[in-house]
Amino acid sequence: MTQPHIRLSDVEMTFSRPDGVGEDIHALGPIQLDLRHGEFFAVVGPSGCGKSTLLELMIGLTNPTKGTITFEGQPINGSCPDGIGVVFQEDASFAWLTVRDNIAFGLRRMALDRREQDERVEQALAMMGLVEFADVYPSQLSGGMRQRVCIARTLVTQPRLILLDEPFGALDQQTRLLMGDEILSLWRKTGATIFLITHALDEAAMLADRIGVMSSRPGQLIDIVETNWPKDRDSRIVENDAFGAVTARLWRSLRVESMKAIGKKDAQA
Amino acid sequence: MSPSTRRLIVNMGWLTLVILALWQGLYALIGDIALRSPLATLQFTAKFVTTPQFATHLAETSKAFVLALSIAMASGLAIGFVLGLKRFASDIFEPFLIAIYSVPKITLYPILLLVFGLGLSAKVAFGAIHGIVPIALFTLNAVRNVKPVLLKTARVMGLSSTTTIRTVIFPSALPEIFAGLRIGFSLTLIGTLLGEMFASQRGLGFLLMNAIGLHNVDVIVMLTFLLTGFAGIAGIVLLLINRRITAQA
Repeated sequence: MTQPHIRLSDVEMTFSRPDGVGEDIHALGPIQLDLRHGEFFAVVGPSGCGKSTLLELMIGLTNPTKGTITFEGQPINGSCPDGIGVVFQEDASFAWLTVRDNIAFGLRRMALDRREQDERVEQALAMMGLVEFADVYPSQLSGGMRQRVCIARTLVTQPRLILLDEPFGALDQQTRLLMGDEILSLWRKTGATIFLITHALDEAAMLADRIGVMSSRPGQLIDIVETNWPKDRDSRIVENDAFGAVTARLWRSLRVESMKAIGKKDAQA
Repeated sequence: MSPSTRRLIVNMGWLTLVILALWQGLYALIGDIALRSPLATLQFTAKFVTTPQFATHLAETSKAFVLALSIAMASGLAIGFVLGLKRFASDIFEPFLIAIYSVPKITLYPILLLVFGLGLSAKVAFGAIHGIVPIALFTLNAVRNVKPVLLKTARVMGLSSTTTIRTVIFPSALPEIFAGLRIGFSLTLIGTLLGEMFASQRGLGFLLMNAIGLHNVDVIVMLTFLLTGFAGIAGIVLLLINRRITAQA
């Protein structure tokens, strides 16, 4: 049996209350999850279920209260291992750097010679369609273009695992569909494993091989849906009859949890 | 030259003309007892700035101002960065900084004179205390307001604390820090001149106070003109730099 790319074993996260009064907040878990090499995995869940906390645990920004996380067999402890790249929902481009310098910034901790660095930056620019914007500042770009800059800055490090935290959350529906196509294309070109957090069921259904459905707090995986899409899919997959069935199943799993999340305790399936 | 810079310069040109017109009008109203006309002031200034007396006083003020501004900038930036990076420390010390900011600094001048004595050090200290607090407050807020996602990005990239401060926090906070430096610049200049006016034997502030005592309207108006001109030009230059920095943000 092959080793999973990333493994979460009995992972739990509990937060102390800021005022120190009352019981601790059990935010997440226990979670068991194995991501296969090269798969596209998405997570959906109601607001406040701990999706972003899960991502922060996976990149070592926070340590779990219980359980372990291993990446390529090595435990993640307090720092993001080489080989993992992250794209956040908020615009994380550096306003004081040009697009080219933003992308090159991703290579800071890698001991590469100048020629190799330049080559990688040019490749990332080309891959994300940013060549003609290489020398402008992020403030001169749209939200979608700035997000591309952040993706390119992640790609330039050639990560083997890419984590995306609602990267299209701030974009309109059409742009999101097109950005989804680009992510699928990148996934095929790079062969990386992708872990996507999203609140959009259709986005998860369109992009992922498998979709994990999280419960309301404390967030646990209550269902894992296999989409069985072909690898060379794009946004036109929404026309497929099975697409509606996948989305419907996600919503069936999620509906009660979403109602609980907004305070409807007597919610029923 | 960018269109906005050109527009700013044209607007400043118009503003200068309006001020000159108002000045001339005021002179027509008040007369020689308290004012001189713009033309007479220009002629007197052209003559006075070439005298050794002016050069000595200008050098003294410049020296005090540069020292005061350097101290205000270094201290203000250091205090602002430390407090901005440490939430707990800023929760404790920020109210004190705000309280100090609202205290009329002139009330502290007798204490500074006792500590530093009459001379350059007292002027420098008085100038510096005017500039430190606004620079510190602006820097503190700028550092505290750096987007959390940028700090998360730095951590994911594995940057050390020093590298994060140098390559992420400082450039991200720079537009707001620079706004603080602009205000600090003006207040430090005011502080230095006030220091010279009240307890000094040299400098443009002393020259002004002396001219007031002797009712030398030519010198009073000339110094007001020169200092306003310097502050105005420096303000425009700093504003242009500020705009350039902010344009990227």
